[in-house]
Amino acid sequence: MKILVCVTSVPDTTAKISFTDGDTKFNKAGVTFITGPYDDYALSRAVELKEQTGGTVTVLNVGEADSEQVIRKCLAIGADDAIRVNCEPKDSYFTAVQIATIASEEKYDLILMGRESIDYNSGVVHGLVGEILGIPSLSPVMKLNIEGTTAKMTREIEGGKEEIEASLPLVLGCQEPIAEWKIPNMRGIMTARTKPLRVVEPVGEDMTFTEKYMLPAPKGACKMIPAENAEELIALLRSEAKVL
Amino acid sequence: MSVLIFTELDNGALKKSSLEAVYYGSEVAKMKGTIATVLAIGNSTDDELAKAGNFGASKVLHANDPRLALGNIQAYADVLSMAVSQEGATTIILAMSSLGNAVAARVAAKLKASIVSNVTELPDFSNGFKVTRSIYTGKAFAKVEMKGEKQILAVKKNAISVVESSNSATVETFTPTLKDSDFVVKVTGTHKESGTILLPEADLVVSAGRGLKGPENWGIVEDLANAIGAATACSKPVSDLDWRPHSEHVGQTGIKVSPNLYIAAGISGAIQHLAGVNSSKVIVVINKDPEAPFFKAADYGIVGDVFDILPRLTKAVKAL
Ligand SMILES: Cc1cc2nc3c(=O)[nH]c(=O)nc-3n(C[C@@H](O)[C@H](O)[C@H](O)COP(=O)(O)OP(=O)(O)OC[C@H]3O[C@@H](n4cnc5c(N)ncnc54)[C@H](O)[C@@H]3O)c2cc1C
Ligand SMILES: Cc1cc2nc3c(=O)[nH]c(=O)nc-3n(C[C@H](O)[C@H](O)[C@H](O)COP(=O)(O)OP(=O)(O)OC[C@H]3O[C@@H](n4cnc5c(N)ncnc54)[C@H](O)[C@@H]3O)c2cc1C
Repeated sequence: MKILVCVTSVPDTTAKISFTDGDTKFNKAGVTFITGPYDDYALSRAVELKEQTGGTVTVLNVGEADSEQVIRKCLAIGADDAIRVNCEPKDSYFTAVQIATIASEEKYDLILMGRESIDYNSGVVHGLVGEILGIPSLSPVMKLNIEGTTAKMTREIEGGKEEIEASLPLVLGCQEPIAEWKIPNMRGIMTARTKPLRVVEPVGEDMTFTEKYMLPAPKGACKMIPAENAEELIALLRSEAKVL
Repeated sequence: MSVLIFTELDNGALKKSSLEAVYYGSEVAKMKGTIATVLAIGNSTDDELAKAGNFGASKVLHANDPRLALGNIQAYADVLSMAVSQEGATTIILAMSSLGNAVAARVAAKLKASIVSNVTELPDFSNGFKVTRSIYTGKAFAKVEMKGEKQILAVKKNAISVVESSNSATVETFTPTLKDSDFVVKVTGTHKESGTILLPEADLVVSAGRGLKGPENWGIVEDLANAIGAATACSKPVSDLDWRPHSEHVGQTGIKVSPNLYIAAGISGAIQHLAGVNSSKVIVVINKDPEAPFFKAADYGIVGDVFDILPRLTKAVKAL
């Protein structure tokens, strides 16, 4: 089975977010970049499936050269090779076009992604790619098993889950507990250095333009209620905050 | 020119988040000087669907092919794009949800539309078509220009305060031409917890963390939630430990909520937890540690033992 895993290089979950150039650019200074946590689930499941049934796992990132550190980590975790589309990923549509272009050349059985990126949190790239390729897209998938050319899945829906069956090829957005996050071992890290990483140039245009970034207004002071008067909270939520 | 709102039905009723999207879409239509039409897919009644009028829509298209009963994403995307072309719609509005986003994404690719999720305010038409969205899981916002001739906006809960009217909408049957290829994905089973308030839809949320010590203690959390009509939620370790179902896990890697009220009991307030709840209107924190980071993100705080405080709050609510 040929599996493509699409991974983002995103600020670490504890990163302090700030902007430069008159609030028009993300400030990368001092920020550690990691693989998107949902993409990590996708990669871990892909490596497990490869171990069970054989085949290859290719990782794909749409990003500039500084995302290669994240790509190497994915190779260390067990991907066989990697592709980087050399550009700033401008928006969901643009990113999806890059992924679909590669996928239409390579004919993967399974394209695994995270349910959402943790920088723009859109949750749409899988649907865009599925439609461009003319194959089904499903997200968020929390269980995935392959039997021959059929995928059996569990998808989370609001307040419950759905059991789903579909034939390959498919595009899936993954989330826990589809697999346990894998940590690269020493051998993985050594071999990752020599695994192939192909760099290709982007195609197509973006459909949106980010004009300006803003930070949320700072939170006002927290009103403390002494534990002995805890009941007062209910009155305040009714009369002052007007939420009850 | 017109605005089309994609809605979802739950047991025949328009979902609350969808009605909010209808209101948002109607306001956008007013700004553009056009009308708002609603698309509803699945079993429902004319009386129920006419309610969309209370939220500003003039017309509802009702697609009710029996094959559309299950949330089949490709079929829904085809129905939505057919409705877009019938109505000549250029702007599509929907509420963020796992089905909604999936459908919207496919429609964006069909129509080559600009698509933006997590929209937090009404658009700005003063110079083009610009929307404000949250990014970095609520840690920042971006103002984005929609460059396409068609635009799709997935709107976050509480992006707008809804004002209901007594207007009603006309309901028309919509009969899309469905293809067999729309149904290659088979939904073989659906499990839905009944009777509980859906967390992403909830106006009020009572959430608890590892401070509750074990699943056997969740009665006091549920009691307060039931007393105020809230949904229950939890931190990630609590769902990882299987104390609570994964569907209750909020935060960076779980469900993002933006209710009117979020009560956090025995949760420390790690940055990844805050990321999923920081757009709640009012946050209440109950923690025995006065240094817990959550207090910095809270509007009201009580330093105390959850086993003492939660039952007293429930009692105080019941005494109202
Ligand atoms: C310097 C910089 C500037 C950026 N500026 C913008 C901007 O102005 N506007 C904007 O919308 N976005 C911008 N991005 C974010 C962009 O990287 C996102 O990847 C893209 O917008 C898709 O995000 P999404 O939220 O739509 O993805 P989602 O739909 O939430 O992602 C779902 C899944 O798609 C896959 N995926 C998403 N992005 C990529 C990728 N780049 N490579 C490989 N797989 C991917 C992943 O598996 C992910 O889990 C910027 C990123 C960087 C690093
Ligand atoms: C990549 C990544 C993603 C993550 N995503 C998420 C996420 O989506 N959601 C999430 O929640 N976490 C997430 N986490 C985990 C997060 O970092 C924290 O570990 C987690 O939120 C802590 O959960 P907690 O507050 O329940 O537990 P703890 O941190 O153990 O806090 C328990 C709190 O309860 C208080 N307490 C104890 N006993 C009592 C009592 N009797 N009365 C009152 N207070 C009491 C303590 O003072 C303490 O503050 C993520 C971490 C990583 C690395």
